[in-house]
Amino acid sequence: MRSLLSDHHLRFLIASLVVILVAAAILSSGQFLDPYNFQSMAVQVPEVGLLAIAIAITMISGNGGIDLSVVSIANLSAIVAGLIVRSSLGGAGQGTLYAIAFVVIALLVGTACGLVNGFLVSKGNFPPILATLGTQFVFVGLSVALSGGPSVSLGETEVFSQIGNGVILGIPIPFVVFILAVLGFSWVLTHSRFGFRLYLLGTNAKAANFTGINNNTIMLFTYTLSGVLASIAGIIIASRASSVKWDYGSSYLLIAILIAVMGGINPSGGWGKMLGVVLASFALQMLSSTLNFLGTSNFLKDFTWGLLLLLSIVLTGTRLSGFVKPKPVRDS
Amino acid sequence: MSALTQTRVAAPVTFWKAFVRRPEFITLSLIVIFCVVVGIISPSFLSIKTVTDTLRASLTTGIFALGVLLVLAAGGIDVSFTAIAIFSLYATTRLTLAVYPDAPYLLMVVVGLGMGLLMGLLNGYLVYRFKVPSLIVTIGTQYLFSGFLKAFIGSRHIMDIPKGLDLAGTTALIQATTSGGARVSVSIQVLVLILAIVVTWFILNRTLMGRAVYAVGGSIPIAERLGFNVSTVILFVFGYAGLLAGLGGMLHGALNRQANPSDLVGSELNVIAAVVLGGARITGGTGTVLGTMLGVILIELLTNNLILMGVPSTWQKVVIGAIILLASAAFARRGKT
Repeated sequence: MRSLLSDHHLRFLIASLVVILVAAAILSSGQFLDPYNFQSMAVQVPEVGLLAIAIAITMISGNGGIDLSVVSIANLSAIVAGLIVRSSLGGAGQGTLYAIAFVVIALLVGTACGLVNGFLVSKGNFPPILATLGTQFVFVGLSVALSGGPSVSLGETEVFSQIGNGVILGIPIPFVVFILAVLGFSWVLTHSRFGFRLYLLGTNAKAANFTGINNNTIMLFTYTLSGVLASIAGIIIASRASSVKWDYGSSYLLIAILIAVMGGINPSGGWGKMLGVVLASFALQMLSSTLNFLGTSNFLKDFTWGLLLLLSIVLTGTRLSGFVKPKPVRDS
Repeated sequence: MSALTQTRVAAPVTFWKAFVRRPEFITLSLIVIFCVVVGIISPSFLSIKTVTDTLRASLTTGIFALGVLLVLAAGGIDVSFTAIAIFSLYATTRLTLAVYPDAPYLLMVVVGLGMGLLMGLLNGYLVYRFKVPSLIVTIGTQYLFSGFLKAFIGSRHIMDIPKGLDLAGTTALIQATTSGGARVSVSIQVLVLILAIVVTWFILNRTLMGRAVYAVGGSIPIAERLGFNVSTVILFVFGYAGLLAGLGGMLHGALNRQANPSDLVGSELNVIAAVVLGGARITGGTGTVLGTMLGVILIELLTNNLILMGVPSTWQKVVIGAIILLASAAFARRGKT
């Protein structure tokens, strides 16, 4: 707990969560605290939250790391899985086998897409922003070409629809998946050899190389993981919509980047915690739910999100340079 | 001084060799290859109309790209310029309609530029004052500007724009009818792009600020030791990008003869891609006006002419992505870090 509060970024996020929660509770005269409301928020966070984790790890890897293709990977994996499963297993009892086949195929496609990105960025030495912008077009294009354009319905799928709509002990399954992913990745980042090397690579690629780390392998692995996370998000989206389409979640990319940077991930690499990403996704979701609750204009959401991010810069930034001597500008 | 004159005299001999080594050459080659391939598949591509259409499509992107170029050259990134552009256009249009509906275009542009400049300066201030990566700041301001515009200024699509704006969009600089009977025209707005190109080129190549921009993009500590004031440079590049964003917004409104608050935002990555395809490194310190313009032309040719190549519309995005990857491969092979 002490380490939690000593990180000024996490402190800001926790404080803003508390402020939003209290304000929402007062303004809605308690209605906001209804468990049902929290349940509906917990359904909405995971999709974009998983994409934010994917972007966060690519940012941590440094070298201008970013994965702009996450949303397109999510849709492509869902479309490929949906088309294969529908044509081979459709009709014949869309039960557990259907669900397992969908998930496995989607994860495989996500892995393959991630490997392509990783290969381009590591071995190919492509700037990540260009490589993933290019693959984004390619993946979206493949999605359009394979699905033909309009959404493809998955029909009545009892088991599969549980992934997106089911509840365990009152907690929506997507949220459980999200929390498991968060716990898994926090462990990997803080306790595994890969995590240690990832931070080192992001901090100073040359130094990492001199310590005998194969930078290309780490990079390849990072972008592959990002693809896998994106495909998990794709599975959840498909299950909730019970259909697949090439342009589902088209607004998610920038929101995911917003969550990652608001969570304290440094786009220049080498810095950031999973907990920050989780708290940031909660804060943004609570803010938009609150505004929704109060019946304000939908566009006020964007404004307050931007304001919250800038506020986090202003508040945590001044804390950095207020007491110690201002550092020279490192990045612009 | 004499050494400088000598290299200038010797330049014509080695010009081609020097140019082939430049990153712009890759972009130019891709444009030429694309035009040849499309021209063979569909001869109707090789017409004046293609030139004017591409030019028209490149106007707004080109102006945005020049602003992005300065920010990238200084080692930053700006994703808020589309929000700034649409904010400037929409707020200026509403203001004009409310206060002075007959306002001349130039006055509207001045107002739009002023708004763009202020928003850009806010970006720059936040970046240097709080020492955070500019991607974070500009994502925040993008949401802030676009959200403020739609929540407080208006979310209604304005079709009947002020006369001045309408006139500026419809006035043609050159107008002609080709032998095929197609009417081609070049909008007067081309002059705005040319002016922006000249001013940006001048700043980057003929002023101390231009040197400072590249120096800061190369290495901030070294730029500081050279005596450049880093915060001034950061404020300048973001202010300039905001100014051009405001200009691009007004241009967009004039050419499309409408002001839609949901326009533009979301297309910023295409513009950044154009600048990077023109040879500017995402890590800063490089980039030229010529390369940027070639990158813009390449992107606009790609997005507007694939249908002529017989590429079915469902596969077009795959082809665009493949060409972006091809160009990045060419840059990556040049052995940059």
